[in-house]
Amino acid sequence: MAQPFRLSRGGRIDRSRPLVFQFNGRPVQGYAGDTVASALIANGIHLVGRSFKYHRPRGILSHGPDEPSALLSVDRGPGRIDPNNRASVVEVRPGLRTASQNHWPSLEYDIGAVNDLLSPVFVAGFYYKTFMWPRKFWDKVYEPFIRAAAGLGKAPVEADPDRYANRHAHCDVLIVGAGPAGLAAALAAARTGKRVILADEGAEPGGALLHDTTSEIDGRPAAQWLAETLADLDGRENVILLPRTTAFGYYNHNHVALAERITDHLPGSATPGPRERLWQVRAGEVVLAGGSHERPLVFADNDRPGILLAESVRVFLNRYGVAPGRRIVFATNGASAYTAALDARNAGLDVTLVDLRLEADCGPELARLRAAGVTVLTGHTVIGSKGRKRVTGLIVAPLGSDGRCGGRRVLDCDCVGMSGGWTPAVHLFSQSRGKLAYDEGIDAFVPATSAQAERSAGAARGRYDLAACLTDGFAAGAAAAGSEEQRAFVATPTLTGFQPVRIMPTDADPAKVRAFVDFQNDVTAKDIKLAVREGFHSIEHVKRYTTTGMATDQGKTSNMNALGIVAGQLDKALPAVGTTTFRPPYTPVSFGTLVGPARHALFDPIRTTPIHAWAESQGATFENVGLWRRAWYFPRPGEDLHAAVARECKAVREGVGIFDASTLGKIEIVGPDAAEFMNRMYVNPWAKLAPGRCRYGLMLKEDGYILDDGVVARVSDECFHVTTTTGGAPRVLAHMEDYLQTEWPDLQVFLTSTTEQWAVIALQGPKAREVIAPLVDEIDLSPEAFPHMAMRTGRICGVPTRLFRVSFTGELGFEINVPADHALAVWEAIVAAGQPHGITPYGTETMHVLRAEKGYIIVGQETDGTVTPDDVGLAGMIAKAKPDFVGKRSLARPDVVASGRKQLVGLVTEDPKLVLDEGAQIVSDTNQPIPMRMLGHVTSSYWSPNCHRSIAMALVADGRALLGRSLYVTTPTGFTRVTVSEPVFFDIQGERVHA
Amino acid sequence: MLLIACPHCGNRPETEFRCGGQAHIARPEQPGALNDEAWSQYLFVRKNPRGVHAERWCHAHGCGRWFNALRDTVSDRFLETYPMGAQPALSPESETRA
Repeated sequence: MAQPFRLSRGGRIDRSRPLVFQFNGRPVQGYAGDTVASALIANGIHLVGRSFKYHRPRGILSHGPDEPSALLSVDRGPGRIDPNNRASVVEVRPGLRTASQNHWPSLEYDIGAVNDLLSPVFVAGFYYKTFMWPRKFWDKVYEPFIRAAAGLGKAPVEADPDRYANRHAHCDVLIVGAGPAGLAAALAAARTGKRVILADEGAEPGGALLHDTTSEIDGRPAAQWLAETLADLDGRENVILLPRTTAFGYYNHNHVALAERITDHLPGSATPGPRERLWQVRAGEVVLAGGSHERPLVFADNDRPGILLAESVRVFLNRYGVAPGRRIVFATNGASAYTAALDARNAGLDVTLVDLRLEADCGPELARLRAAGVTVLTGHTVIGSKGRKRVTGLIVAPLGSDGRCGGRRVLDCDCVGMSGGWTPAVHLFSQSRGKLAYDEGIDAFVPATSAQAERSAGAARGRYDLAACLTDGFAAGAAAAGSEEQRAFVATPTLTGFQPVRIMPTDADPAKVRAFVDFQNDVTAKDIKLAVREGFHSIEHVKRYTTTGMATDQGKTSNMNALGIVAGQLDKALPAVGTTTFRPPYTPVSFGTLVGPARHALFDPIRTTPIHAWAESQGATFENVGLWRRAWYFPRPGEDLHAAVARECKAVREGVGIFDASTLGKIEIVGPDAAEFMNRMYVNPWAKLAPGRCRYGLMLKEDGYILDDGVVARVSDECFHVTTTTGGAPRVLAHMEDYLQTEWPDLQVFLTSTTEQWAVIALQGPKAREVIAPLVDEIDLSPEAFPHMAMRTGRICGVPTRLFRVSFTGELGFEINVPADHALAVWEAIVAAGQPHGITPYGTETMHVLRAEKGYIIVGQETDGTVTPDDVGLAGMIAKAKPDFVGKRSLARPDVVASGRKQLVGLVTEDPKLVLDEGAQIVSDTNQPIPMRMLGHVTSSYWSPNCHRSIAMALVADGRALLGRSLYVTTPTGFTRVTVSEPVFFDIQGERVHA
Repeated sequence: MLLIACPHCGNRPETEFRCGGQAHIARPEQPGALNDEAWSQYLFVRKNPRGVHAERWCHAHGCGRWFNALRDTVSDRFLETYPMGAQPALSPESETRA
């Protein structure tokens, strides 16, 4: 019979909508409104996984987000496999495929369970103690073993096909948790008209009201009050109610991150809309009403399938209409489990309750439960459980007045509901940096001092009584909205209070007892005691050594028990031990939610030039330069990189090449003080540079090291057209703005980035002038009228241009600046005009080779932020007469003027065909002992088609004093001998640029 | 994410800003007149207080303007922002925690 443990009536599931999903390949029936956990329990399935370390059979412990054990892999279709989902929060839908984890070959027969027999070996700190030696075992034996054993579940291998959304929101009051306190807070805040967001992680808002079938609020059944309250909130335009939305992170300035699950629960895979949405909420005030977590009892074999938290038994009965067992034993140290026991009794189940408290310490709950015909054993401890893959009995014993255990007896059962008391969910409060205080009356840490505009309400700060929760929540909501309104709610009194216990008293040998504290990380009470004995006295150290409270669980069920055991071992009060830091996320968040739409083309912006499409159409290969995508080389059919680059290099030197230099950074510097500003920012002199002339500018940081370089043209007395390196453009502008705004605000200068406004077409080679001559108007191109390092304004193809006669190749060349919108048309016109001259498009690789043949540096390649102008042979650029410029004083620092600095030189290999590796180290003597003295490294190295040999530049200690000397450069197989040369390899006299 | 009040634009998220380190360190009028010790103090030595710190910030992805701020390095709270060249209303020293 399907769903044998489903009750005939009750619960919030929809019995008219049955559905079937899969668990480990088997069909399982459930109803709309079920979670995977409730549907599995309805079918008598409790064994749902194997534990992390010992591979012990594990069942469902809880009904909510604190579930540490029932972690399933959920398969929603191709590419939609998601491991480590808590069965207690995954809503069932038709066709959903779920599977248990961490076992081989099967859930029922798991080889890894041998770890459980070896548990005396796997004590706290096992890894630290065991994998110490022999050291050579680490790579081949230990690490592969640990990697294979580590982790739960299997990560998906396919790309996630789902869509994720991202939303920023602002509100006056954000309320986290829509249980009684959160709902009352929302009511109070909403009445003020303030903008309210109420977020609840559950499929249905309501929290504990969803399974409270007996309480009344203001004279109405709790469920009716809930429905009316939700209808009220829903009807208000100033309230956004977000179900299935977990507040998982609380950051600075009331920035709270929420994860909304939108489509996972809907039937069918082709659901519209994003799967999940990340909300980044900026709230004026935050109300934390996240409720509380029940603690397990710590006794031997307390982790057997069928052993649940007592309140969770109640939830499964009342909310989902399923019986976790037919013979249920409740074990407790407090009152709340009596409510669960009473509900179980009223559902017609066989119920017994074992209470650690003495008869005299119990409240009215005792008489009420006995009156319902339930056997209650007070003053009894739980020694252990029977059964392996399912609990079959609970071993209990009376406690004598001396604390000794009396005669054991076994209570036969198929389910245990345990309750060790309650812990407020202070995770988000703790993340907000609020300070906790220990409240002895409820044996828990509660929010004490807020660090942000935030307040906690209800069970989240230890108010467990229903009426108190509502009243507290209302006051918090009103205060958050700036109102002083109060409302006293009348509700059925809640059975509260418990007598704290860390480990249940036992007559068993403590060395053999396996009593679990942290179910997710397989940490036992024994492990924690061992850690303390071994000297770990700080709770943060115990946490890391034993792993208790770590990973996705963050100690929801385990925290207080672990703290209590440590305190007991140290014989300290709990507040003296303190608590560990709760870290975001509160519950796991999928990567997709965090990434949102920032995938594929939206992952990182791509910058392209106006000529990009033309380069693509010509079959260019591209490379990434920062965010820019630049044409790397233009292969012809059958050509590889080297063949194409060799052809392009020859073409430029022998005919004419065309190159897209649009990515060059450009800054327009305008104003009466423009020249003065240039004088202060660059090492060069600018005052006497005539309009229409260009100069190579070198820029330093204040520490004297090269920041950037580029050609600068003086457009007019008060206007400079500055170019920067492609990657340096934003950095240079920011550097200039910093000085202009903060040091010299008196200078009348404007700085404007014009990188995207000017496209730059570099035309280089002996035939460059012939190619553009027919296209240019208003400019005399003759060498006499337009010499090297000059700039003229005029027209090309009818388009306004700033035409630079400059060269980064050593050839006669022009850099044609045109407005970006016209660049492609001008480019195509030049290419057409160049056809008779064999014009050849070339890419960045050829640009690099040609400049290296000439020994031109590239900032960032020949320099690395610790290189001065003199180091690269550019000391001659420095204006001698200027009293000051940024970096000048630092050029006289002792370290900068000291001898032995690395200097730029050329390297000529003995074997002309050998191309050195860039970054290769340089030594003077290969026979010296290791570690050898490194003299420097290769900065640039290429095959030079024009020199018919390899060329290289390097930074070498005292390099200029070593000209002609032999040095050795590392190669993948050893060393090769090189001769130090000047860093110029082609047209050493530099005559060609003046053609 | 911090909210930072740009004196020119108002509250904006911290991703729009760049921090420029300690504020109120004027570049020497005549760097050449400083000895190596004094120059290295100016160039390299900065405070790293536990508590209130006067810092330079730039609204890089907004108005692009530099301003000063008093930030508590313990709580990450901004106590005050004020234009470049101005002095804070609060005194950084008096606000600094022991």
